[in-house]
Amino acid sequence: MKGAAMLTTEAVSEQTSTLPVRKNLNEDRIAYLEGLVSQARTAAAVFTQYTQEDVDRIVKPMVVAGLEQSQYLARLAVEETRLGVMEDKALKNMVATEFVYNYVKNKRTVGVIREFPERGIVEVAEPIGVILSLTPITNPTSTVLFKCIMAIKTRNAAIFSPHPNAWRCCHEAVKIMYETALKFGAPEGVFTCLESHDLQDNAYLMHHKDIGLIDATGGPGMVKAAYSSGKPALGVGAGNTPVYLEKTADLNMAVVDIITSKTFDNGTVCASEQTVVIDDEIYEVVLKKFADLGAHICNEKETKLLGRTVIDPKTGFMQPMAVGQKAIDIARAAGMAVAPNTKLLIAPIHGVGPDHPLSVEKLFPLLAVYRAKSVDEALKVCVDVNHFGGLGHTAVVFSRNDDVIRKFSEVINAGRIIVNSPGTAGALGGIYNDMVPTFSFGCGTAGGNSTTDNVNVYHYLNIKRVARRTPAHMWFRVPNQIYFNLNAVENLRNLASVSTVIVTNPAMEQMGHVDTVRRHIPPQTLVHVSVIPDAEPEVKVVMQGVEALNFYKADQIIALGGGSVIDAAKIMKLKYESPEADLEELAAPFMDIRKRVVEYPTEKIKHARLIAISTTSGTGSEVTPFAVLTDKTLGRKVTLADYSLTPDVAIVDPQFVMSMPKVLTADTGIDCLTHALEAGVSILSSPYTDSNAMQAIRLVFKYLPIAYEHPSNEEARSMMHNAACIAAIAFSNAAVGVNHALAHAFGARFGVSHGRANALMLPHVIAYNASVPTKFMPSPNQRGYIAHKKYATIADLLGLGGNTIEEKVKRLIAATEKLLDQLAIPQSIAALGISREEFERAMPDLAKIAFDDPSWRSNPRMPLVSELVELFWSAYEGRGGGTGAASRPHSPREASCI
Amino acid sequence: MTAEVRKIDGDRVDDCLLEACAKVDRGKGETVLDFSSVRRVDAKALRAMEELANLADAKAIKIGLRGVNVEIYKVLKLVKLAQRFCFEG
Repeated sequence: MKGAAMLTTEAVSEQTSTLPVRKNLNEDRIAYLEGLVSQARTAAAVFTQYTQEDVDRIVKPMVVAGLEQSQYLARLAVEETRLGVMEDKALKNMVATEFVYNYVKNKRTVGVIREFPERGIVEVAEPIGVILSLTPITNPTSTVLFKCIMAIKTRNAAIFSPHPNAWRCCHEAVKIMYETALKFGAPEGVFTCLESHDLQDNAYLMHHKDIGLIDATGGPGMVKAAYSSGKPALGVGAGNTPVYLEKTADLNMAVVDIITSKTFDNGTVCASEQTVVIDDEIYEVVLKKFADLGAHICNEKETKLLGRTVIDPKTGFMQPMAVGQKAIDIARAAGMAVAPNTKLLIAPIHGVGPDHPLSVEKLFPLLAVYRAKSVDEALKVCVDVNHFGGLGHTAVVFSRNDDVIRKFSEVINAGRIIVNSPGTAGALGGIYNDMVPTFSFGCGTAGGNSTTDNVNVYHYLNIKRVARRTPAHMWFRVPNQIYFNLNAVENLRNLASVSTVIVTNPAMEQMGHVDTVRRHIPPQTLVHVSVIPDAEPEVKVVMQGVEALNFYKADQIIALGGGSVIDAAKIMKLKYESPEADLEELAAPFMDIRKRVVEYPTEKIKHARLIAISTTSGTGSEVTPFAVLTDKTLGRKVTLADYSLTPDVAIVDPQFVMSMPKVLTADTGIDCLTHALEAGVSILSSPYTDSNAMQAIRLVFKYLPIAYEHPSNEEARSMMHNAACIAAIAFSNAAVGVNHALAHAFGARFGVSHGRANALMLPHVIAYNASVPTKFMPSPNQRGYIAHKKYATIADLLGLGGNTIEEKVKRLIAATEKLLDQLAIPQSIAALGISREEFERAMPDLAKIAFDDPSWRSNPRMPLVSELVELFWSAYEGRGGGTGAASRPHSPREASCI
Repeated sequence: MTAEVRKIDGDRVDDCLLEACAKVDRGKGETVLDFSSVRRVDAKALRAMEELANLADAKAIKIGLRGVNVEIYKVLKLVKLAQRFCFEG
């Protein structure tokens, strides 16, 4: 569909979009246009110095001037264009000034225009500069008034290019606005209007480098030319407004609204009603009401006559001569006899499309009506009208049925869906509803436009967002209760339970730990033992455990064992309380636990307290929100992470670790140290986690060698058990790093225990993280790169000496290597008996798997795959036996700490 | 040769600039215009500055601008005059 403006701008659009810019423009004309642009550019530049108060001082008198001259300008417009109704055009001029002013008067459009303190965002206005403003024939002066007010309010200069058949009235409107603006302080040259109309002018200006924006209100050809110019453009196109008059509507109101709207300015507003689809039940009543209020209901013959008269059979669009004409004049032109007071012609149609000429846009008081047998049919016909030239523009529905209104809004593609109100005044905004007042209707992408908005001052601004650095909200979560020190298990007596299931493994039974625990459970509690294999839990094992929990109606689960047992119990509790939980889905990867896609169930059909009693001093699973499960059917491990998995109670009783073998003591102890060191330098670290990480590191360096050499030393065992728990609290909240990513990949590939794999990587990773990163990790909570400084702080805490950060880091690495040596940890991967060739063969997979591992995502340094390879090889070659040799540079550019 | 410093009066910017133009037209030495009391410039001032720049080009002399506030500096950038002057301080 094409609007009235198209009838005279089509030629313009064709030429502007196809001809070379300077063709047919003589040098004088080019000089003239260059002068206009130069003047506008200077005005726009000067305007940038103005304050909001300066601007508002200019806008108000402009509005008053527009109001005072509204009738004069309306008369000029009607005389020149021969379209529409003077009284209605005067009203449009008043809406374009008073209503628009009412909307913009308190809006900030200079400097800071909006603030969102809670988000740390401030919006600052930047003017566009010079706007090329094309205005239509249908609403000439009102559009000029509207655009002038918008331009001044936003500190822009505008060059107006009116429709050639509305040039004089537009020129006068621009003159009135400019003189008033200048009088009140606007920059010289802020508005100009082309002195005459040359078809090439628009093309030249549209392509001019100093034009910042084209605001094209008019027919599709001109809008298309604007968009095709390559300049940012606001293009506002044609419509074909469908109206659904549904049987529950207030019919008197609807009929008056439609007549008011469709006859306003003889139907020249492109948002006006075009085809009214009426429910069968009310069709006759509605037509009678239309007739009673001055509409002429056409018979079949008259409808055909009108179709032939007002629609061009070649193009299928409306004839120019009909646009903005009175109903009686149109009827006369068609050879119809109608009453002299006829204000609207109503033509029943039986379909929509090229075979039904009157179903197109008609910018004159001729309305098509369609009788629909059902809501479904009515909606489909409205969709047809919408798609027959009206996409993105405006639609109207009259109904008291909210479901019908909702359905209508879902199926109709229109920027404005006007409910129980006239289309014309409804779409203009601010009269029948709270939409933004405008004289430019954005029609969205379907209408070939960049916006569906009612174009307003914000479209005349570049809005700059000043985004302040906001620290991410951090957290620190721990179990509700942690009981520690020797015989902490006695606290079980205070934990009431009707039915308790102890989840454990055969070794715990053999060592008598299960009996120890049982002795401390209140005697009235029913206790059942669920023994699971001493291995990483499998889905099958977990589900068997869940069956036991259900069978015994457990209200308490005690996990007694190492990390595997506690992990199994965590997942059993999850499935027991929320049977619908899909473990595979819950294992979906995430980057930030607060923004994860898959959420853990919050609705629980049962509740059981989970008490974790750890029998190793390493994983700290008794306080962590993690659980690892092996899915043999899928042949992979599933890692679950959510704070809902954290045990409710942790018991850190060293009596359960006194008999740990030396190798296990060493490996789990270094696992604990790795947790603490990685949490300490993690990008998620905080003062809360630092305190735990640092304390754990101190305890490990002091007590791990003693616990290793003297396994029965109660103090050392107790402190290492505490250290493991404290380190786990730290990494539960700050996560781990690249050491774990490397260890996971290497350990899984070569069957090396997790703790030992961590140990082999540890000195190399410290050196790596303390060096200048090739790539930094985004870390909003940290001020610069601080990993090396934190390592130095750790060295200080351990009393290692050193005068510079670099020295301190080297001493920390040396101290770590010395500790590893004391624990008889092999010096290298090679020392494990893995040949260079075998390691080399494994390297591509190792690097890939390590890079896929989520652990490094909180590492202070973002690892490149090549760096992971380098780290693996460093670990293969080995450390220097307490000499800090692992701190040798990984590459020349990493030669020094930063 | 020492550059002549001319203070631009913030209340009569256009006149001062025209005077500067005349001076530049007559003289040969470097000129520094002190804008420290100028809050804003208008289109007339910009035209005078363009003329000043043209004269300076023709006479192959440098004109320095001192104490220009950032708002005026931005205006000069927008109208592409900034590149035609030297800025001091």
